[in-house]
Order: sequence, then C-alpha cells, then structure tokens
Amino acid sequence: MTSVLYDAPGPRAKRRNVIFSVVFVAALLLLLWWVYRTMDDKGQLEWALWKPFTQAEAWTTYLLPGLGDTLKAAALSMVIALPLGAVLGIARMSDHRWVRVPAGAVVEIFRAIPVLLLMLFANEFFARSTDVTSEDRPLYAVVTGLVLYNASVLAEVVRAGILSLPRGQTEAAQAIGLRKSQTMSSILLPQAVTAMLPAIVSQLVVIVKDTALGGVMLGFTELLNSRGTLAANYANVIPSFIVVAVIFIVLNFILTSFASWLEARLRRSKRSTGAVLGAEDVDDLNAAEVGGPHKAGGGAV
Amino acid sequence: MFDFISDYDDPTLLGAFWVTVQLTVFSGIGSLVWGTLLAAMRVSPVPLMRWFGTAYVNIVRNIPLTVIIVFTSLGLADIFGVTMGARDDFELQGFRLAVLGLIAYTAAFVCEALRSGINTVPVGQAEAARAIGLNFTQVLTLIVLPQAFRAVIGPLANVLIALTKNTTVAAAIGVAEAALLMKEMIENEAQTLLIGAVFAFGFVVLTLPTGLILGWLSKRLAVKR
Repeated sequence: MTSVLYDAPGPRAKRRNVIFSVVFVAALLLLLWWVYRTMDDKGQLEWALWKPFTQAEAWTTYLLPGLGDTLKAAALSMVIALPLGAVLGIARMSDHRWVRVPAGAVVEIFRAIPVLLLMLFANEFFARSTDVTSEDRPLYAVVTGLVLYNASVLAEVVRAGILSLPRGQTEAAQAIGLRKSQTMSSILLPQAVTAMLPAIVSQLVVIVKDTALGGVMLGFTELLNSRGTLAANYANVIPSFIVVAVIFIVLNFILTSFASWLEARLRRSKRSTGAVLGAEDVDDLNAAEVGGPHKAGGGAV
Repeated sequence: MFDFISDYDDPTLLGAFWVTVQLTVFSGIGSLVWGTLLAAMRVSPVPLMRWFGTAYVNIVRNIPLTVIIVFTSLGLADIFGVTMGARDDFELQGFRLAVLGLIAYTAAFVCEALRSGINTVPVGQAEAARAIGLNFTQVLTLIVLPQAFRAVIGPLANVLIALTKNTTVAAAIGVAEAALLMKEMIENEAQTLLIGAVFAFGFVVLTLPTGLILGWLSKRLAVKR
C-alpha cells in the first residue's frame, strides 16, 4: 500500500516495519498484562461478577430500562430540537435585522454554554417555578438542556445546508415569481433537509452521549446511572463499566455508520443538487466557534 | 444583588473558573501530544500501528466523556490503584484523573483533525521530499506536519473550545470547577436566573477570545497554494 508519506516498502523498510510491529505489540501486551494482573488481583475477573450479564435479570432490571431512558431522552430532544433549530436557522438568514440579530445571538450564546450548565439550570428552574413532579424532573431537565444546545447547533446545520445549495435554485424560484416564503418552503428547505440528513444523524451521537451527564449530575435513570445501581448490587465495577461502554460504542457506531452510508448514497444520487453535509461538518459546528464553521484546511484554498 | 458571590470562598467564583482554565490548559497540552502521536500512528507504514490508531479513535469517540471521567474515579483509582501521584490528596487526585480522562477523550478528536490536515498536503510535497532522500520520520516531521498544523488551526480551535466546555464534566467526580460551584450556588440561593447568567457569561468569556484569536491565526498562517 502506498500513501502520500511513503512508497511501497523495499526489503529494508519491510524489515524495519517488522521490528516496529514487534516492539509495538510487546508494549501493548505489557499494558494488557498489567490490566489483566490488576483485575485478577482485585478479583474483577471472577465468573460471579460476569455471570449476571448472561442472565435475563441484570438486563431487564437495570440495563434495558437504563438504555430505554437514554434513548427516550435522546429521541425527545431530537424531535423537539429539529423544528426549533430549523426556525432559528431560517430566522438567522432573514432579510430583517430585528429577526436576524436576536436569532443569531440566541444561537451563538447557547452554543457557547456547556450542556451541563444548561441541564443544572433547567433542573433548578423546574424545581422552583413549575409543578413538574420530582420524579419527572430529571428527564425534563435533561431534555431541556439538550434541546437548547442542539437546537442552536442544528440551526447552524440548517443554515449551512441552505447556503450549500447552488444559487441558481433561488434565482430560478424568483424567476418564476415565487415569494420569499414560497422559495424557502418549497424549493430550498426540502433540498436542504436532504443535504443535512447525514449531519443530523451524526448529531444524534452527540445527543446520546450527552444524556449520560444527566445520569451523574441529576440522577436521571439512564444507562450510566443504572450501571451504578447494578454495580452496587453485584459488586462488579469493572465488568459493568465494560458492558455499558460496549453498549454505547455499538449504539453510536451504528448511528455513525448509518450517517456515512447515507452521505455516500446522497452523494451518488443523481436527483440531488450535489450538496451534502457530512459528519465532519457537525464536529466543527459543535465547538461553538464564533464567526462561522471552519473546514479542515479551509485556509488553504 | 451580586452578594451571593462573596458568600462562597472555597472555592471563590474566580477560583472555580481558574480550576476550569487549568483543566483546559493541562488537558489541551496533553491531548495535543497524544493526539499527534495517534495521528502519526494512523498514517504510519506499520499496519499494526495504523490498526491501533483507528481502533482507538473509533472506540473512544463513541463512549460518552461522562462514562470515561466517572471510570477514571471508580475504575482506575479505586480498582487499578492509579492515583496519579496524589494518594492522600483527594482533591488533587480528582483533578489529575479528570485531566487524564479529558486527554484520553480529546486526543481522538485532535487525531482526526490532524489527519484531515495531513490529507490537505499535496502529494507532490511528500514526493519531492522523498526524492531528495528523506525517510518517513523526516518527511512527516519536516515537510508534512508543519504544513498540516497550519491547515488545522481552525479545526483545532474548535476542539479546544469543545474541551473548555467539556471540562465541566469533571464536576461528576467532584473537581471543584465552575459547574460544581454553579450547582451548589443554584441550589442554595434564590437568584437562579442571575447565577445562571453569571456562569454562562464566564464560559462565553473563556471561549469567545479562543475562537477569535485562533480564527485570525488560522487565516494568517494558512499555507497559500
């Protein structure tokens, strides 16, 4: 295999690569051996600690309800944040200064504040100013925090999606006499939504990961929180962490793969305008960078 | 109106934000080093290192940071006995474990940013470097990485801003930074809205200059092609 950085290896390079591989594997094995030894010393490898995961009880009592709450909060946040984000994103591109400026301020401010602060604030706000029961409050707080943050990120996705469409789309719509709102709703938005789909799916990964914050800080009964209850019951700290991490990895890996499959499919399809917002564009947007997202190597045009 | 601020002296408001800044700086430096190493592995001629880099990035990116940070406390410290040289000082231990967790997580994103930067370097650059007899390490460190770094200042600024916001997760293991102080204040004081605004303002102050300065720098230092 060749790349930018090296040619196909010759005999000397091959020998050197083998030496590097051996040294690297040795270092890796040393680390794994230390992990194995420590876990063995602390009795974390005993079958009794792993056995619960082979039986239905640990799953039906702890893990599945936890996963259910994680997915419920993520789905709710997405469903509420998406229309809100669309409205904010379109408002930010308005011709009227009094619409554009406040929408821009809301988007920039909520992207700059950590989600955890938003959740903590929402939790206290619901406790004092509303009659949400203390049972429902963590879910409400988690969803509110996630919606505020992700709506502003999605607003930028929507804006980027609309801006990524060829100018001719707007010009053609104006030429046949459509009004601004008609151009937006029947020409630009449908195409932008298609272009945005991969970015929206990968934003779901961010939301799923952020639900875990509610588990530690607000007592929301999501996956990480139910891991604590499970470990308190079976005394299996390390196994429970490994199982929960694997669930998160599998879940998010499915979402990521779906997003890139969608992106590849949309790029191939002949009917679209060719504008697609991929997963990497979202990573840029999540940083709350002021003055528009940077593309990797964007300066080097 | 603002007298709730002076009621808290351990830590003070500024003290808590100072811990947030320290978390950001230490984790930032650490993840830049570890992320660069990971990126070097991902583009190296040794297949095993490439495989390790890819696996690391894909696994770590998909685990919530909260899980990683909580694990450093409940798993690394309690079970594996990793105390980061602060066995008796619980506060210092929490801080260092949080930095470790933040480095492990953020390095995956630094690695991806750098890799995309390496892809922006034209093949001709590396070919010319090889033609004058430089080996892989020399091509990478003398020719490709300097250009790649200049191309990814923008994306790296985004990673740094995300890191600044992510340091709040350290509150989950009791590190006395801004989010933990806000939780305490907001529970005890009546001015919920005002306290929320003060902390929100604090984070805007921390992230806004980072974005502006590094954004300016990325335009200034971009390699003109």
